[in-house]
Amino acid sequence: MAESIKILTGNFDVPGIEQLDVYRKNGGYAGLEKALKQMSPDEIVEEVKKSGVRGRGGAGFPMGMKWGFLAKPEGVPRYLVCNGDESEPGTFKDHYLMMKSPHLLIEGMIISSFALGANTSFIYVRGELMYVINILEKAIAEAKAAGLLGKNILGTGYDLELVVQPGGGAYICGEETALLESLEGKRGNPRNKPPFPAVKGLYQCPTVVNNVESISTTPWIVLNGGEEYAKVGIGRSTGTKLISASGHVKNPGVYEIELGLPVEEFIYSDQYLGGIRDGHGLKAVVAGGSSVPILPKDLILKTAAGEPRLMSYESLSDGGFASGTMLGSGGFIAMDETTCIVRNTWNFSRFYRHESCGQCSPCREGTGWMEKVLYRIEHGKGNERDIDLLVDVAKKIEGNTICPLGDAAAWPVASAIRHFRDEFEWHVKNPEAATKKGAVYQPELSLA
Amino acid sequence: MEENKFKVTIDGIETEVAPGTTILQAARQIGPEVAPPAMCYYKPLEKSGGKCRACLVKVAQGSAKDTRAMPKLMASCITQVQDGMVVENYTNEEVVETRKGIVEFLLLNHPLDCPVCDQAGECSLQDFAFKHGTEAQRFEEERRTYEREDIGDKIQLHMNRCILCYRCVHTADQITDGRCHGVMYRGDHAEISTYISKAVDNDFSGNMIDVCPVGALTDKTFRFKNRVWFSKPVDAHRDCDKCSGKVHLWYKGDEVIRVTGRKNQWGEVDEFICNTCRFDKKETADWVIEGPAKMQRHSVLSANKYRKDAIKPEYALKHAAQNYKQIDDSRPYNKSLEEVKESEDYKALMDKNKEFKLLNK
Ligand SMILES: Cc1cc2nc3c(=O)[nH]c(=O)nc-3n(C[C@H](O)[C@H](O)[C@H](O)COP(=O)(O)O)c2cc1C
Ligand code: SF4
Ligand code: SF4
Ligand code: FES
Repeated sequence: MAESIKILTGNFDVPGIEQLDVYRKNGGYAGLEKALKQMSPDEIVEEVKKSGVRGRGGAGFPMGMKWGFLAKPEGVPRYLVCNGDESEPGTFKDHYLMMKSPHLLIEGMIISSFALGANTSFIYVRGELMYVINILEKAIAEAKAAGLLGKNILGTGYDLELVVQPGGGAYICGEETALLESLEGKRGNPRNKPPFPAVKGLYQCPTVVNNVESISTTPWIVLNGGEEYAKVGIGRSTGTKLISASGHVKNPGVYEIELGLPVEEFIYSDQYLGGIRDGHGLKAVVAGGSSVPILPKDLILKTAAGEPRLMSYESLSDGGFASGTMLGSGGFIAMDETTCIVRNTWNFSRFYRHESCGQCSPCREGTGWMEKVLYRIEHGKGNERDIDLLVDVAKKIEGNTICPLGDAAAWPVASAIRHFRDEFEWHVKNPEAATKKGAVYQPELSLA
Repeated sequence: MEENKFKVTIDGIETEVAPGTTILQAARQIGPEVAPPAMCYYKPLEKSGGKCRACLVKVAQGSAKDTRAMPKLMASCITQVQDGMVVENYTNEEVVETRKGIVEFLLLNHPLDCPVCDQAGECSLQDFAFKHGTEAQRFEEERRTYEREDIGDKIQLHMNRCILCYRCVHTADQITDGRCHGVMYRGDHAEISTYISKAVDNDFSGNMIDVCPVGALTDKTFRFKNRVWFSKPVDAHRDCDKCSGKVHLWYKGDEVIRVTGRKNQWGEVDEFICNTCRFDKKETADWVIEGPAKMQRHSVLSANKYRKDAIKPEYALKHAAQNYKQIDDSRPYNKSLEEVKESEDYKALMDKNKEFKLLNK
């Protein structure tokens, strides 16, 4: 693929882009002008629908459709809440976006709030990122002083207050209903659904929750039209996506890619990750943040049917969970052959055990159980029964919980055993060798 | 009237309920043989339910309009019925299997020392595990443990036994004022605790003991005085200016050893009582005695003392029909319910049942 289109990050490298005047000189707030002065809220919703842009927070739900579901009872306020909690291991693109170009998000928030008829909107930012919160608040103050926020924005009569809320310091606060609870000042426990936020969200009022990256696409969509946006990307994966790349690659970082880019090109071309670090080879990839199923090299580069795997919602999930995975939030973690899959799985499960809110029994108890069993296996105290036990526990969690964190905890374990079972077996059969510092299972050795 | 009733079928038995009714309530309306177990839901407490997942059921048909099955098992205590909904509870393999898993999860960190637990005999978890669990235990890890904690001078919290159903939190929120206890931390390290060891000091705090399904919150004035199955519950009331004054008195010989709220068939207290009635009125003279309490279903308390509800023959036959389908012969149990009702076997069974009821009058 040639030099690819930059919808979000095009001007990120302009020095001072976090300042209002620089942002404006580089085309910033033109989308807002157009939206407020030339378009009706419904027309904006229509353009977002046409764009086909899907939620970038993980679930990939079409944003226009979500906006269409928003209930609009008379006399009841509506809210837009931006989800900037970003705590999934391997995902750090929203952090980057807010830090680099706060006005892009703010412009997106004003346009989206106008489209949804919200007069108070919130940006909920991961609590650990105080400096990002400061950047956002400074930018909001600038925008307010320039008449872009507050009363009578740009003289159009539209009012909007934008509030930045530091997060509660838990991964679960990124789940949209836990986020709303937390925003209301309560413990961040996910709510049972229905009712969905579109009907009863923040303070029991109709609410839309969208990811930072999702909302930041709206200035471009408004300026260029939904149809133009839909021309970018592939099939139902329209537009571009920010990918947070980490692990054993030469050039880790945040990349804006056009959806449909072949995974192989993304990993090996110099324009992107530049390949695996010198002297090593790719072993496995977690393509969409720690929750999504891990895939071995063969299956991440090509689908089970032998087609090249593409960076798109459809291609990555091709083959279901048997041989596919998910685009998720775009946290792309590449691992070379020095990685012990058992140790990595244990590490992930430690995270989920720690982050489960503890409301529902399958997730609360199941995440702890899986972590304890994986700890034993990793530390040479496992037995063969444990491997099937893990599969069964994961199965009993999946689908039976209040929120998807239960699934997110089950999938990495189930998929690691699905694709790397011999590595787990080697651990339980050769505890001594497996617990040596830095020991990693080598397929050739297992035959001996 | 007809129009605002929803038809719902649970384990093959049809009933009609008002819109807004949950699957669990509809099932309870049919009877205990189809009612899903509930470990966190507690009807008198708003917002309770949805957490333990013990009540998961299969919605095999969403409604008459949308006949698709729901992809995931649904928490019946918080899922409202739709007109024409078809629900499978005990007749669904996946539900039965999943529930075994829930028992296993809830017991994972729960000490298996019922012989020395004060709740034994009136413990929902015991009943739940007995009815829905398996014998085998696969958990080999260490259980989490906590120190016992006094919550005021009348209540003791033994966090080891807590299943985090949140009932006590809702109780404290809804019927006492100034809640100062709640859930701290997350995941399997979450715990019920008071705010910086503040005592729960409130006229209605004792109800937390009644709502607790396990032996995590117990009555310190009763602790280890007696095994509940050796004590005799009696319905009694008194004029109270704070609460309904309707209670169970628990006798050991002539001595009132405990006062609790009255639990209904589902183990729920419908009318909460105040701490004066619960802790300070332990003389028979304080009370107007109504008679022996009906312990309808609750665990060993009812065993050998009270008649168990007879299983409805309709349900038994339907259950048999579903479970023995594969035999595929001409006997009535692979017929539809209507055909079954026409059969000789059914009529014979109904006669038997009549006899049984007469005998037990
Ligand atoms: C445990 C958990 C954590 C989540 N964390 C985030 C997050 O940090 N940021 C985010 O945008 N979405 C997160 N989500 C997804 C949100 O629930 C929600 O789907 C999303 O914010 C909707 O925005 P979108 O449609 O624009 O993606 C999380 C979901 C779960 C279950
Ligand atoms: S699935 Fe886990 S994180 Fe989600 S509500 Fe249940 S216990 Fe909490
Ligand atoms: S102490 Fe009892 S009532 Fe409270 S959450 Fe634990 S089990 Fe439930
Ligand atoms: S009783 Fe329904 S989830 Fe606990």
